[in-house]
Amino acid sequence: MNEQQQSLHDLQHIKQMMERSSRFISLSGLSGIAAGVCALAGAWFANGVIEANGGPSGYRAVVVKTLEVDSLQDFMGHRLFQIAIYTFVAAFVFAFLFTYLRSKKNNVPVWGYTSRRLLINVSVPMVAGGIYLFRQMQFGNYGLIAPGCLIFYGLALVNASKYTLGEVRYLGYCQVLLGIINCWFVGYGLYFWAAGFGLLHIIYGSVMWYKYERNKKSEA
Amino acid sequence: MSLIGNLNKVFDSRIRLGIMSALVVNKEVNFNELKELLDITDGNLASHLKTLEESEFVKVQKGFIGRKSNTTYSITKAGEKAFKTHLTALEKMIGSMK
Repeated sequence: MNEQQQSLHDLQHIKQMMERSSRFISLSGLSGIAAGVCALAGAWFANGVIEANGGPSGYRAVVVKTLEVDSLQDFMGHRLFQIAIYTFVAAFVFAFLFTYLRSKKNNVPVWGYTSRRLLINVSVPMVAGGIYLFRQMQFGNYGLIAPGCLIFYGLALVNASKYTLGEVRYLGYCQVLLGIINCWFVGYGLYFWAAGFGLLHIIYGSVMWYKYERNKKSEA
Repeated sequence: MSLIGNLNKVFDSRIRLGIMSALVVNKEVNFNELKELLDITDGNLASHLKTLEESEFVKVQKGFIGRKSNTTYSITKAGEKAFKTHLTALEKMIGSMK
């Protein structure tokens, strides 16, 4: 009986090691928190621009007015668009930094087989979604850009979860859900962005840090 | 027929079992990746790898990334076969529970 239980444990151990070894597990929870903070800061700045254009009353109307532009070039040159780009770049840089530091600490190359595969699997839905949303902008469907970003980002995360910490899948589901709800609340994209890219990232990052990194730190 | 006879002594250790599991599903894994995966010290990992190497279940490739040494490990044909036999033996052990 005892030997049989031993065999069962051995098989479970084998399964776990097979799974973990084919995933990029250095992804840091702090990356999620940092990206979330950047997103909230970005949303705060964007909100400032919107308020300067008309104040908090009739929020939706102001957004619609702000986004009333003649051409795509106008939109690209728009303050809100620029804030979005800066936010994305800052979030990406900080997210990369913390994961880089963690993999450095664990002595695992950031650019290894597992991280490469993770990046490819994140990129496919993101790039496809990006191109699609770019076309939407060209047709002037600005209202569906924010929900679109959340949906495609969520799908990218669900896809990526097979190649990194499995919990990423739940973050992905939440982003997709938020994006879909946002489709029926066009004009409130900024709030949904703040919730999805900001709050959800911070919650996810905190949980991951607490689960995987906190103990290691106290041992070291 | 002895069920235990098919269980390979080399795989008695959880760590060696873990190393083999990782190598079966990955073309090659480097030393530090194994260390992170198994959460053990350098010396401990090195000695287990040595055992697997001596049994000719694992082969070693020494290389460099820039100036840093990069030692990667991969499974041999014999290793793959031994691991599969061991898995089957484990399954049979569990099957005999009923």
